[in-house]
Amino acid sequence: MKLDELILSPSPWLEPGGPQSDIVLSTRVRLARNIAGRPFSSRLRPEERQDLEVTLKKAVLSALGDTGITWFELGDMPEIDRRCLVERHLISRELAAADGHRGVAIDANQRLAIMANEEDHLRLQVIFCGLQLEAAWQEADAIDDRLEAHLTYAFSPKLGYLTACPTNVGTGMRASVMLHLPSLALTKQIEKVFRAVARMRLAVRGLYGEGTQATGDIYQISNQASLGRSEAEILRTLGAVIPQIVAYEQQAREVLATESPMALDDRIYRSWGLLTHARTISSEETLTLLSAVRLGVHMGRLKGVNIGTVNELFLLTRPGHIQKIRGKELTEAERDVARAEFIRQRLGVI
Amino acid sequence: MLCQRCKKQPATIHLTEILQNEKRERHLCEDCAKEEGVAIKAQINLQDVLSGMVEAHQSASSEANLTCPDCGITYAEFRNGGRLGCPHDYDVFAEPLREVLEKVHGATEHLGKLPHRAGSDMTSQRELMQLRRQLQEAVETEQYEEAARLRDLIRHKESAGEA
Repeated sequence: MKLDELILSPSPWLEPGGPQSDIVLSTRVRLARNIAGRPFSSRLRPEERQDLEVTLKKAVLSALGDTGITWFELGDMPEIDRRCLVERHLISRELAAADGHRGVAIDANQRLAIMANEEDHLRLQVIFCGLQLEAAWQEADAIDDRLEAHLTYAFSPKLGYLTACPTNVGTGMRASVMLHLPSLALTKQIEKVFRAVARMRLAVRGLYGEGTQATGDIYQISNQASLGRSEAEILRTLGAVIPQIVAYEQQAREVLATESPMALDDRIYRSWGLLTHARTISSEETLTLLSAVRLGVHMGRLKGVNIGTVNELFLLTRPGHIQKIRGKELTEAERDVARAEFIRQRLGVI
Repeated sequence: MLCQRCKKQPATIHLTEILQNEKRERHLCEDCAKEEGVAIKAQINLQDVLSGMVEAHQSASSEANLTCPDCGITYAEFRNGGRLGCPHDYDVFAEPLREVLEKVHGATEHLGKLPHRAGSDMTSQRELMQLRRQLQEAVETEQYEEAARLRDLIRHKESAGEA
C-alpha cells in the first residue's frame, strides 16, 4: 500500500458500529519488545541502529508478509507524512520526531502498526473500533507469537519483557481505551471519574497521549502498571472500569436531556451552525464543535447527519491531514481557511 | 506572560474561574498558585519519582555510581534520563530498581506471558551484546579477519538460541 493512499483512507478506529461506539471510539493494545543481546534504542550507535532496523524489517516482513503489511522508512519521510501518521495514531510523536534509522510497518486495514527503533526496539499495536479489549489483545498476542518465531526477545523470568523504561517492564503491555465524554465534562463530573480511575492504577490522557490536552472531550484510559499482573488481569481491570464510565456518561446525557434540554440543544445547534458556516476555523475549535455535534447525533437531537462523516472529521481536520488533502504545505492561517471549507464540503453545505 | 500576582516569574498556571456567573481568567506562576492554594494536578512522572527516591538514598549509598559493564550507563544517568541502556541494567541496578518498580507497579515480579522460544537466558544475551560490540570495533579498526570470525560466532550463537 502506498503512503498517500493510506493517509487518505478511512481510519478503522473511527468506524462507527463498534461495540459501545457512541461513547467508546477505540481500543488499543500495545506491546513493547526488545531484541536480546543489543542495547536499548537510545544507546545504539548509528550503524547498530541501522543494522537493527534491517533485522527488524526482515523479521516483520517474513513473519507477517501474508497480512499485506507494508514497511515505511521514517528517516527520509516528509515531515507532513509523519505528522499524518501521528494523527492516525499509527506512530508515536517521539518516533516521528526522532533521528536516524527507524521505521513502521502498517497493515492494509491500518489495524496493526509495528514501530521499529522507538524507545523500545519494537512497539506493536493493534487498534479496534469501539470497546473490544479481548479481541485487540488476542490479535496483538498472536502477532507477537509470529514475530517471536523470527526474533529473540530480551526477557527475564523474574521481570518479564525487558524494556528501556521500567514503567513498561513485565508484560510490556499498555491497553488503552479512547472515550468521548462530553456530558461528564459538561456536568463537571469528569474530575471525579479521573480520581476513581487513578486509584485503580489506571492513567488518563488526552487525545494524543501523554501531556496532551483532552480536546474534543476525548480521553484515553490505560493501565499504568505492567508488572506483577497478567495481561488477562490488566484487561479485566479495564474491562470492569470502562463500562462504568460509559454508564456515567449515559446518565449524564440523560440528566442534560431532562434538566436542561434547551441549553443542550442550543450548544449542539450552535456548534452545527458554526461548523457549517465558518469561513476560517482552528483545529482546536473544530474538535470542540465536533464533540457537541457528535453528542447531538448520538442523542438523536441532531438528525440527518451521518455519524461516520462526523467521526472522520475528527481526524481529517487535523493540521497534517488538512495539508495532505490540499496537497501542499499551508501556513496556519491558510489551514484554518482550508479546514472550514473542507468541513462545509463534507457536511454538504458548501 | 508574567504572573499576575507577583509580576516577576512567568505564568505557567492558567485558571478560568466562574464566580456568580462571571468568568475570570487568571495567570499565575507556580509559587503564587501554591500560596493561593491552587491544587496542581500532577501526572505520575517517573523522573520525579526517581529523583525523589534517589535523594532519599544518596546519603546511604553510592548507587548513583553503579555502572553497567555492558552498555556503560550509570545509575545517575538513568535517573536523569529515565531510560535504561540495555537489558543487563535490570541486573546491575537490581537493588535501587526494586524500589522504583514497587512504586510504579506495586509489584516486582512478572506474572504475564512467557516467550515460547529458548535463548532467553541472560548470560547468552549478554555475551551476544559484547560480541556485537567487538565486531563493530573490529570493523572500525579494519581488522577484517577478526570481524569475519566474530560475525560467524554471532550467527552461530543466534541460531543456537533459536533452536
